[in-house]
Amino acid sequence: MSVSTCRSRMPPNQDDSPRSVQGLDAADRAIVLATQAGLPLVPEPWEAVGREVGMSGEEVLSRMQQMQARGVIRRVAAVPNHYRLGYVANGMTVWNVDDTQVTWLGREVARIEGVSHCYRRPRHLPHWPYNLFAMLHGHSFGEVEHQAEAIRELLGEACRDYRILYSSRILKKTGLRLAGARPSAASAEPERRG
Amino acid sequence: MQCHVQDLDRLDRRLIDSYQRGLPVCTRPFHTVAERLGTSEAEVIARLERLQSLGVLSRVGPVFDHARAGASLLAAVAVPEAERDVFAELINAAPGVNHNYAREHDYNLWFVMTASDEPELEARLEALEARLGVPILRLPMLEGYHIDLSFPIPWAELERI
Repeated sequence: MSVSTCRSRMPPNQDDSPRSVQGLDAADRAIVLATQAGLPLVPEPWEAVGREVGMSGEEVLSRMQQMQARGVIRRVAAVPNHYRLGYVANGMTVWNVDDTQVTWLGREVARIEGVSHCYRRPRHLPHWPYNLFAMLHGHSFGEVEHQAEAIRELLGEACRDYRILYSSRILKKTGLRLAGARPSAASAEPERRG
Repeated sequence: MQCHVQDLDRLDRRLIDSYQRGLPVCTRPFHTVAERLGTSEAEVIARLERLQSLGVLSRVGPVFDHARAGASLLAAVAVPEAERDVFAELINAAPGVNHNYAREHDYNLWFVMTASDEPELEARLEALEARLGVPILRLPMLEGYHIDLSFPIPWAELERI
């Protein structure tokens, strides 16, 4: 990991406890770093990861299972590129919803078809009045607009304003990078990192 | 660009449909998958490699919960449209940035900043803010209502495209 371009501030004091608040120790973090770009596609992937991080395959597997049990890992999966599979219209919808109602309404919005993520986030007035975010995915922009209309109806009077922010360009998209990175195991071209 | 879905046969589609929600986490996961699908481990591995190289699969591996695996937040900046790509390069080069999208709004660059913990996250944001010379809108998740990135893939519909 290079921080050579960021000299303007000193890093703040580090948490000196052996585990971070998320309960990942150094070995867990090494496994996260070694697997977040994808697993090696070999018969015994945990053995291969273990060779990279200096652990046995059994240890890697056991830690993966524990991280999954704790919810740090949601799943180990074949992660599709939805855009390439027909979900070409993606809209980030942002809503200005009554603070006293946003929690229950957010749960309802999350049930609407086409919604992948739904979060409450802080407002930053006056520039940013929106406190509810819902990511919509469809096969066309028309479909995304129908989904947004369904949310508008659901929110009713509790919603003062909303916007659909389409992505005009994907400038970077990778899986989670925790801290530092390694070249993607899945890619023939190593990713350049600053 | 979309893939040529006609190039994906029944086994490819079953692999994607069945395993986007989760692979077995065991010593030889691809062997277990192969047994379930009635094929060989080598065949499963070869197919996954091909689907990755076609870009149909982004990767085969763990999906982390950002909130539990470290610190992250959604961030946005409003930059002059004509200089957007220059700002985007600076953002992409900063440590910890993963997604970066141009969106049609005054806040026209949207990205996710990640770090191992909250202090490091804020330090990264401040360092990037100093480089960009514009304030970064910080939008951490306060509550999450639903997070599911698996969708039914509309194979039949895609065949007609």
